[in-house]
Amino acid sequence: MNSELLGIIGIYLLTLVLAIPLGRYLARVFKGEKNALDFLAPVENGLFRLAGIDSKRDMTWQQHMTTLLTINLVWFLLAMVVLCTQGALPLNPDGNPSMTPDLAFNTAISFLVNCNLQHYSGESGLSYLSQMVVITFLQFVSAATGIAAAVVVINALQTRTTEKLGNFYEYFVKSITRLLLPGSLILALILVFNGSPMTLQGKQQLITVQGDSVAVSRGPVAAMVAIKELGTNGGGFFGANSAHPLENPNYLTNAAENIALTIIPIAMVFALGFYLKRRRLSLMIFGVMTVGFMVLLAPTVYYEMHGNPAISHMGIDQSLGALEGKEMRFGVVASAYWSITNTIISCGSVNSMHDSFMPISGMSQLLGMMTNAFYGGCGVGLLNFFAYLIIAVFVAGLMVGRTPEFLGKKIEAREMKIAIIVTLLHPLLILAGTALAAHTYVGNPTEYAGWLANPGYHGFSEMLYEYTSAAANNGSGFEGLGDNTPFWNITTGVILLLSRYLPIIGPVAIAGLLARKKYTPEGAGTLPADTATFGVMVLAVIVIIAALAFFPALALGPLAEHFSLY
Amino acid sequence: MLVLCCVVYPAIVWGAAQLSPGKGEGVQLSHKGRVVGFANVGQKFDKPEYFNTRPSAVDYNASGSAGSNKGPSNPEYLKEVQTRAGAFLQQNPTVTRDQVPAELVTASGSGLDPHLSPAGAYMQVDRVARLRGLPAERVRQLVKEHIDEPIIVFFGPATVNVLRLNLALDELAPVRK
Repeated sequence: MNSELLGIIGIYLLTLVLAIPLGRYLARVFKGEKNALDFLAPVENGLFRLAGIDSKRDMTWQQHMTTLLTINLVWFLLAMVVLCTQGALPLNPDGNPSMTPDLAFNTAISFLVNCNLQHYSGESGLSYLSQMVVITFLQFVSAATGIAAAVVVINALQTRTTEKLGNFYEYFVKSITRLLLPGSLILALILVFNGSPMTLQGKQQLITVQGDSVAVSRGPVAAMVAIKELGTNGGGFFGANSAHPLENPNYLTNAAENIALTIIPIAMVFALGFYLKRRRLSLMIFGVMTVGFMVLLAPTVYYEMHGNPAISHMGIDQSLGALEGKEMRFGVVASAYWSITNTIISCGSVNSMHDSFMPISGMSQLLGMMTNAFYGGCGVGLLNFFAYLIIAVFVAGLMVGRTPEFLGKKIEAREMKIAIIVTLLHPLLILAGTALAAHTYVGNPTEYAGWLANPGYHGFSEMLYEYTSAAANNGSGFEGLGDNTPFWNITTGVILLLSRYLPIIGPVAIAGLLARKKYTPEGAGTLPADTATFGVMVLAVIVIIAALAFFPALALGPLAEHFSLY
Repeated sequence: MLVLCCVVYPAIVWGAAQLSPGKGEGVQLSHKGRVVGFANVGQKFDKPEYFNTRPSAVDYNASGSAGSNKGPSNPEYLKEVQTRAGAFLQQNPTVTRDQVPAELVTASGSGLDPHLSPAGAYMQVDRVARLRGLPAERVRQLVKEHIDEPIIVFFGPATVNVLRLNLALDELAPVRK
C-alpha cells in the first residue's frame, strides 16, 4: 500500500519534469520565436488562406472576445444539428437514436464550454459520427479557446502601453497545431498499443467462458480519449469514463492519461514566466497552486486508504482501502490522486466513481472545483487565478496603505468591479442552483424520487456536486444523480454558459484595460507580487472568497455524513 | 480545422492501431477456436467452479458501463455488502470473516473490472480445487503464475486477470458436465 504512494509521487514528479520545458516551448510558440515545430507553418498558413483570415492583424481585447464568441456560436449550431439527427446519419453501427432537444442542448453546450458534463451514456447515447465530429472536435477547439484567451492575458501584462494584443486566430490555431494535435497523437499511440480500441466496427457479440451471451461496445476510442485528457475536457467515450477497461486499460495508461491532463495547466504557469521574463512570479503562482493541491490531496488519500469504517465494523478487512466504485488495476491511491487532479483541474474525467468516495474525500473534490484555480483547466485556470490575484493586490495595497499596482500598472475601481463579479458569480450560481433543486425535491419527494440514488446527507451532496461541477466547467459527477431530465439539462446548461464565458471575458477585459495604462517601473514604493508573503496573501483571498462561501453547504452535505460515519 | 481534427488525426491513429496487438479491435482471447472475451474487459463468473469476479452494477453487460454510485453511509448498500460477505463465507467454508476479500463485496467503477487482488484469488482456491477435483496446492500454484506484478516495483498494485486464470483452469481440468 505504501509503495502505491511512491507511484503517485512518481507520476507528479514526472509531470513537473515534462511541464517546465513545455512551458518554455509554449512561450516561444506564442511569442512567434523559432521552435521545433516550425515545419507546420505552411499548414497553418494554408488554413488561414482558406478561411480568408489575416493572422497578422493585431486585435484589441474587445475584438478578441467578439471573435471568440462568434466562432463558439457557429460550433454550437453545428453540434446541435448533428446530435439531433445522429440516428439518421452514417457511422452509427449500433443504431443509437437521435437526442431529445433538451439533452442535445445540454450536451452541445457542455462540450462547447470544455465542461463535458454527460447526461447520457456514450455506448447507447452517441453514434460514432457524433463522437468524432461533435465530441472530439469540440474537445480540441474548446481547449484551444481557453489557451488562446490565456495568451491574450499574458500578452497584455507586458511592460508597455498598448491596445494591440496579438491575433486571436493565430493563438487559437497554434494551440491546436503546435500543442494539442501532436500531444494527443503521442497519447493516442500509447493507448492503442496498450489495448484501447480504434475501430469503426460496432458491438462484438460473444459467448463468455461460463456461457453467458454479451455484446461488448467498442469504437474509435483511443483518438478521443487522448484529447479528452490533454484538453482537460473529461467527457468519456464510455459511460464509465476512464474507469472503463477499454478507455484506460492498465496502470501505465492511467499514469499517462493523468500526466496528460495535468501538464498543460502547469506548463501554462511556467509559460507565463518565460514569456514575461518574470520567473519569480510564475514560481509564486505555482507555489500557491501546489499548496492548495496538496491540502486537498492529503486527506483524500488518507481516508481512501483507510477504507469504509462501516464495512470495517462488519469485520471485513479494509487494508486494500475503500474499493467501492474503484478498479483493482489502479488501486485506491492512484484513484484518489486522479480524483483530486481532475477536480482542481477542470478536466472531470473519472477513473473511479466519486459518488462512492468517503465523505471527506468528496468534500475535497468539491473544494477543488469551488476554488477552480489550483492549476485549473487549459488556459482558464490561469484566468481564474488572475482574478484572485487582482483582488489580492488590491487588499494588500489597502492594508499597507499604497496604491495597488500589479506589474507596474495601477489597479482601479473598474478592474476591481470586474474581478469581484467574476469571483462571486461562481458561488452564486452553485448555491442558487442547489437551493432551487433542493427546494423542488423537498416540495415533492415522490415525483422526484428518481433524482437521488442515496438518502440523507449524501443525497444533498449529489445535487451540490452537480451544480459545482457545472459552474466549474468540470464535468465529473456524483453519478447516482438521475440527471437526464429537462430540469437538470436546462438548469445546468444555463449555468454552464454563464460560468464559462463571463470568467473568460472578465480577466481578458481586466488585462486589456491594464495594458492601456501607463507603465511605471517598479521601485521601492511598489508592493512586489512575486514574493512568498504575497503568495500567502493570495491563498488567504482564495480561502476567504471561494472556500468560506461554501462552508454552510458543505456542513449540510459531506461534513454531516462524515460525522455520522465515524 | 474540422478536417484536421476529425479526419486526418483519427486516420493516423487508426493507421497506427493496425500495427498494435489486436489491430485496434481490442485484444481478444479464444478458447478451442472460439472467441470467448476481451482480455481487458471483465466478464461475469459467478459459478462456484470458476474463480468469481467482483460484483457489478451493470451485471457485466459490456454494452453499457457504470458503478453502483452508492454512498459510503447508505444503509441499503451496507446491508448488501453484509449479504455478499455472508454468501462468500458460506461458499468458502475454509475462509474466516477477516479474510473475506474486500473487492468481492464491493462493486467496481466500470462494472467491467477484469481483475482481482492476489488475496482475492487465493481465498477462492480451496473451493475451486474441491469442485474440480484438483489438489489445492496445484490450483494455488496456478494463481501464483497468473499474478501480474507492477511494471516497476511501485507503479501500481499486483493483480490477477480472472479471465486468463479461468481459461488456464479449464485447460488444466475441464468442468465436469
